[in-house]
Amino acid sequence: MEPAELLAAYEQMTVIRRTEKAAHDLFLQGLVKGTTHLAAGHEAIAVGASAALRPDDYVFATYRGHHHALARGATPQECLAELMSRATGLCGAKGGSMHLTKASTGMLGSYAIVGSHLPMAAGAAWSARLRGTDQIAVAFFGDGATNIGAFHEALNLAAVWKLPVLFVCENNLYMEYTPIADVTAVPRPAADRAPAYGIPGEVVDGNDVLAVEEAVARLAARARAGDGPALLEALTYRHFGHSRSDPATYRPAEEVERWLKHDPLDLARGRLVETGVPEAVIGEADDRATSLVQKAVEAAKAAPAPDPDEAFTDVWADGGAAWRT
Amino acid sequence: MADVISYREAVAEGIAREMRRDPSVVCLGEDIGAAGGVFKTTVGLLEEFGPERVWDTPISEQAIVGAAMGAAMTGMRPVAEIMFSDFLACCWDYLANEIPKVRYMTGGQVTVPLVVRTANGGGLGFGAQHSQATENWALTVPGLKIAAPATPADVTGMMAAAIRSDDPVVLFEHKALLASKGAPAPPDHVVELGRAAVVREGADVTLVALASMVPLALKAADLLSGEGIEAEVVDLRCLVPLDMSTVLASLGRTSRLVTVEENPYQGGWGATVVSVVADEGFGLLDAPVRRVAGECVPLPFADALEERVIPTVDKVVTAVRKLAAY
Repeated sequence: MEPAELLAAYEQMTVIRRTEKAAHDLFLQGLVKGTTHLAAGHEAIAVGASAALRPDDYVFATYRGHHHALARGATPQECLAELMSRATGLCGAKGGSMHLTKASTGMLGSYAIVGSHLPMAAGAAWSARLRGTDQIAVAFFGDGATNIGAFHEALNLAAVWKLPVLFVCENNLYMEYTPIADVTAVPRPAADRAPAYGIPGEVVDGNDVLAVEEAVARLAARARAGDGPALLEALTYRHFGHSRSDPATYRPAEEVERWLKHDPLDLARGRLVETGVPEAVIGEADDRATSLVQKAVEAAKAAPAPDPDEAFTDVWADGGAAWRT
Repeated sequence: MADVISYREAVAEGIAREMRRDPSVVCLGEDIGAAGGVFKTTVGLLEEFGPERVWDTPISEQAIVGAAMGAAMTGMRPVAEIMFSDFLACCWDYLANEIPKVRYMTGGQVTVPLVVRTANGGGLGFGAQHSQATENWALTVPGLKIAAPATPADVTGMMAAAIRSDDPVVLFEHKALLASKGAPAPPDHVVELGRAAVVREGADVTLVALASMVPLALKAADLLSGEGIEAEVVDLRCLVPLDMSTVLASLGRTSRLVTVEENPYQGGWGATVVSVVADEGFGLLDAPVRRVAGECVPLPFADALEERVIPTVDKVVTAVRKLAAY
């Protein structure tokens, strides 16, 4: 990345961090219902990967997908309005935190059944090949998904068909509340499985936006060239618990401290300083991010709730929900 | 064109017609290519359209239906085969959680135009894990259209409608009908989803049936006719959309209703038909409604046992006789 690109990536990560903090605060104020699965700490994966992808590539994410939606072009206002059940939400407030989707930018959804979207990404990659484009599809998923059947079915199918798809595991060391190492037969839950499918499996520092960008760019180019899928395991850490109801007290204090010192924003900021970007310029990026998210919160608060009759739209392609004639 | 075509040939014909007219139609499934399908319902497709459009998959039902979904979301019209309908349980996440909900939970951003085809039903002694009539599983899920043709012409015509549908369709092909024969579909034949057909007229009782239960109901109607009871037989053809206007109109003529369904009584589609009749057509009835349906047991293997628990012509005749005498 050039310094300007790294600065843009830093600013985008900061927007994501501020948006996640806002989601957290709004939940505590009773303005976000249900639950949220915050991705604070994972920003470098979404932003690094997005920097390496083309705008017409497809992305599939999980219930912990705010960062992917934001990195792929959803605005903080759209996302926060969705979380706050407003008509202006990204999905008209029918999806909520776990289903952020922006199809117009290739962000084809966030799926809350663990591992379910890996076959979908394989299918989108198949579709790209059939249509003669050189788009690729990327599935982001957590370490817990690597023990789901759909993970293995998707990997095998993608490998045997040499589909242009990347499987990117965000290994944050915990499968919900349980250390992934306690419930998985291999040390690297994603990358160690790659040889079984005859595809490349790599491990990358998921908190280093440059490392993620480099790995995704390389593996994406390989997929685009017809050399098939790859598995990238990005090591990272959740700043919050699994979901709103989880204070994450099961994590050893020294582990938390170690990872918080390895913050993706701090890493990127350090790199910017090293490359000679003035502190004042970085500060301006921080201010822009803060201001953007503050305005998004206010706009979302001011937006109306959806019309209750919207519950009966969008089941079918004709817009309706009729089950009988 | 041949004078008659088998139901299984009509499946392949229906898919082939759509593949010829629309390059975005592609097929995937286990053994559908060179093998022509274990039920020979995809014979000739690989030869005509090649391996890029007719893809043999591993035994990976989640990958088959999940990949079909991803392809459908990005510009293709996939037709996925799940060999036996019992195996839908292996990919139930996609049928219940993913495909039917994604359009809704994305606020209409994503459309999933795909068809999942599957061989449904019992009567052939395949045992408990290859014999179920599972259309009632799909019926419990908002967001899936459900088609279950009974004749070769309907197979081809409903396949066309299903593949052209911008909504996901589960199309149940009945195993017991695969060898049955009938008139082939005329060119460009499309049977709109959600249109039931009155396949026999009669003034005394309405038999509402689906798929393999349609010929069974027609046989029962012939026997009953010899006793002076004229049954009208409605082939429902689809469960979603459900054509209740045709059922209610028939009931207006006959005032008596029997549903004939292969799926188990509890949770079967007949219960939905009957509840709508109770809501909207109670005044049309001159007798209680009756449901001839499968029993609440796993499908047994032996003929004598299987016949005991799934609908037969005799069971329909008996139910109608009692109702006619009410």
